[in-house]
Amino acid sequence: MLRNVTRVLSAGLIASAIGFGAAPAMAAPESKDPIKVTLHDWTGQLITARLMGETLKKAGYNVEYVQADYLAQFAGMKTGDLHVAMEVWATTAKEAMDAAIAEGGVENVGETGMQAIEDWWFPDYMKEKCPGLPDWQALKACAEAFSVPETAPKGRYLGGPVTWGGYDEERVQALGLDFEVVHAGTDAAMFAELQSAYERKAPIILWIYAPHWAPIKYKGEWVKFPPYEKACYEDPAWGVNKEAKYDCAKPRGPIYKAAWTGVKDKWPGAYKAIKAYTFTNDEIGALAAKVDLDGKKVEDVVDEWMAANESRWKGWLGQ
Amino acid sequence: MSVADARPAAPAAMPKLAPGKLLWPLVALVTVALVMAPAGALPAWAVKLPAAWQLGLAPQISAFMKWLMESATFGLFSVREFTRAIAWTLDLPLSAAKAVLSTGLVIGQGSDAVKLAPPIPWFAMVALGIAAGYAVSGVRLAVLMGLGLLYLAVFGQWAGAMVTLASVLVSSLLGAFGGLLLGLACVRWRAVERAVGPLLDLAQTMPVFAYLLPMLILFGFGPVSAMVATIIYAMPPMVRVTILAIRAVPEDVRSLAVMTGCTRRQTTWKMLVPTALPALMVGVNQVIMLSLNVVIIASMIGAGGLGFDVLTALRRNDIGAGLEAGLAITVLAILLDRFAQGLAHGAERGAAGRSGRRLALWAALAGVAALWLAAALWPSLATYPEAWRLSTAPWWNELVRWINLTFYSQLEAVKVFFLLNILVPVKRFMLALPWPWVAAVVTLAGFRLGGLRLAAVTGLMTLFIALSGLWPAAMVTVYLCGVGVALAMLIGVPIGLLAAANPTARKITDVAVDTLQTLPSFVYLIPFVMLFKVGDFTALIAIVLYAVAPAIRYTAHGVSQIHPALIEAGVMNGCTRLQSLLRIRLPLATPEILLGLNQTLMLALSMLVITALVGTRDLGQEVYSALAQANVGKGLVAGLCVAFIGIIADRLLSAASGRLRQRLGLG
Repeated sequence: MLRNVTRVLSAGLIASAIGFGAAPAMAAPESKDPIKVTLHDWTGQLITARLMGETLKKAGYNVEYVQADYLAQFAGMKTGDLHVAMEVWATTAKEAMDAAIAEGGVENVGETGMQAIEDWWFPDYMKEKCPGLPDWQALKACAEAFSVPETAPKGRYLGGPVTWGGYDEERVQALGLDFEVVHAGTDAAMFAELQSAYERKAPIILWIYAPHWAPIKYKGEWVKFPPYEKACYEDPAWGVNKEAKYDCAKPRGPIYKAAWTGVKDKWPGAYKAIKAYTFTNDEIGALAAKVDLDGKKVEDVVDEWMAANESRWKGWLGQ
Repeated sequence: MSVADARPAAPAAMPKLAPGKLLWPLVALVTVALVMAPAGALPAWAVKLPAAWQLGLAPQISAFMKWLMESATFGLFSVREFTRAIAWTLDLPLSAAKAVLSTGLVIGQGSDAVKLAPPIPWFAMVALGIAAGYAVSGVRLAVLMGLGLLYLAVFGQWAGAMVTLASVLVSSLLGAFGGLLLGLACVRWRAVERAVGPLLDLAQTMPVFAYLLPMLILFGFGPVSAMVATIIYAMPPMVRVTILAIRAVPEDVRSLAVMTGCTRRQTTWKMLVPTALPALMVGVNQVIMLSLNVVIIASMIGAGGLGFDVLTALRRNDIGAGLEAGLAITVLAILLDRFAQGLAHGAERGAAGRSGRRLALWAALAGVAALWLAAALWPSLATYPEAWRLSTAPWWNELVRWINLTFYSQLEAVKVFFLLNILVPVKRFMLALPWPWVAAVVTLAGFRLGGLRLAAVTGLMTLFIALSGLWPAAMVTVYLCGVGVALAMLIGVPIGLLAAANPTARKITDVAVDTLQTLPSFVYLIPFVMLFKVGDFTALIAIVLYAVAPAIRYTAHGVSQIHPALIEAGVMNGCTRLQSLLRIRLPLATPEILLGLNQTLMLALSMLVITALVGTRDLGQEVYSALAQANVGKGLVAGLCVAFIGIIADRLLSAASGRLRQRLGLG
């Protein structure tokens, strides 16, 4: 026991000694209250959040990771129970974030540099059964190649959980695709189906988002719909179908960072670092693959990266 | 709805007058006619509720919640400060339990925390479990505890299991004790019982997801909210059991209390509660089981632990790892349950012959303290070495893969058969029923079975569901649960009969039923998605697997409690085995089986929220998406609809069971 206490003390001394030696310019954190960084349930986000958290720790901030639901977290952030959310996808949570910002208590801290892609995706072997892919026009002709007994002769498109929105029913209508939209309840269910189909080389077309491990593990492509424009979702006259909205791809959009409005005043230094944080799709994809495909631990992957990219995170801290 | 209701209702109506006999066939005929009616034959408002008629409760509830949290005050302090204070208080025991079991004693928060003492090391915990098992019950429990805890360590579930254990221990204790107090209050004051009754009904039938969001808003994000939700879900059986058990204490005991001059408090705590203890332990068992049931859901709002391990494993499509973490929950459930049972039996047996065991426990405690100290000095001792870890996960993943590749077409054929011949037609039928007719039939059934009062309750609840604007989702719910319950009964009753007749079969089914009830359904749901795709069929399998347990249990119980003399009499009269089964055992066990049916239905309903995770479009989905959209009002309204379906079914079935019991002369 006693020895343990001494060890802690000496560790502290060594740490502060290093601190003095290596970075004399480092400012003391403004508050030692823990900054609560939210963790969600997909690997990429776990890595992003931990990269930010570990960086803040290096600057002496007190960081606590908190498990929180992706959408429910805004309720916690408004009241200051939670402080930082590192991945708010324009494609899935922009509305929730904007609503929270409007009600007060939450602020958009800018883009992470990662771009969210969410759209219809098919495995490569489907190109044989449906020549012409990835162009969306090909789907018109070979809907039956994607059909199952419950939907035949219509094709079956596996959409995301209902809560993800995405206007797929409308898209199918507007583009005249002979598909039935089936909603998965969770993305665990969605990727279970993908794995099952991929193993059997069975027909499948589904909603996949990136950055994610699935498009890294499985070979395939996103369907090329007419690219998204704001007008497509607002003006029926836009695009191939003059009478309907949603006759285009889903919007691709930035992944934002969000924070409690109090962060700026309570931990100004940390706020600057959060604002400065950037990452790319490829980088996060490679790190996520190390976890999901090679079975490494998130903590280890992050520690490795931190060791190898000191200049990057020091840059975020403004050192 | 009419399908499910007509069945129990029909026999009850039979001995009555001739018009009564004709009533239900007539209802069935009209129902079929209404469903077959061509489009346009019915007025539009009967098919689809006009938007103007909807109650529009959801936005009002949301607005109320917002007001409650942002503006409401008690004068000196706001509602929010009050609820946060409660959360802070509840966090104390939880943090204490976590400090001992999982995090160790720390000072400070976040990454600044300084560890003063490590958590209880794994080997000390195993030793403690074995000693406690031995002290409480004997060698058998000691072996079970040892093996169970070793499973957790060897399969790498230790960290998660200790977090879950800490929160389940605290919430079970609070739930059991709170339930006991509430039950005692109900026994003493009639008014309390009347007020609490409907609340218990709601708490037992409302999906947890529906009140998770209000909990988050009231108590803040994190383990405390999860714990409060768990307690709400797990406490009602304890209250009910307490009421029954205390009322069932023999009059002699009460007289004795009066004669020996006990005060009221002494009567309660020294006489009534100890006498009722064996029965009360049934309630404790239920609290533990139900607390473990919501581990996964609780982990979605920050409880962490095994539930979170299951979720993350499944997000990676790592079915094997998910299964191992899920089984760890089952292991915890079995250990806690057997331990609690051992405690109860020990209390029954009295102190005789326990001094030796107690000595063993003290010795073990001293040993554990020493081991703990050792771990504090050499922290590397405290954690289970990574290199000794076993995992069957790759094997399970490979198994699912193999089944997928080998049997896919056969499985697909089964699925398509069920879908096209049962699921789709029933779904169409239910969705085609006009809501005024359903409301009328439900009211009628209530009237025939329980008189005006029951008719009013069931009728108004059906009307609420219709006016909430969730009618189609409610009908999908009834269809999924209806088919699920029918299948569960078809499978469960024969197994129950077998278990009653054969002790070996009984042992096997007991283990299977325990496992099915505590293994988080999400664990087997995902492999089923791989084999059967997203959709109603997968949901149906999950519902049947979960809801079959009471069908088996109640049947076995009902048959085995038939007086042997009755069966003997049958044998003497020359009954064949089949006759004895069909003419004596089954009819006499029917009231009990009906209770089982009731429970099966409740479990099927509680499964809905889970099946929403594989894409069903029922009330469960409404509740789930309301949670995701942070829409308090929508979630509560949809949750109330689920609760009302449950309460309607419960009332009708109980009334039917009661009548049948009377007719069979079972009291």
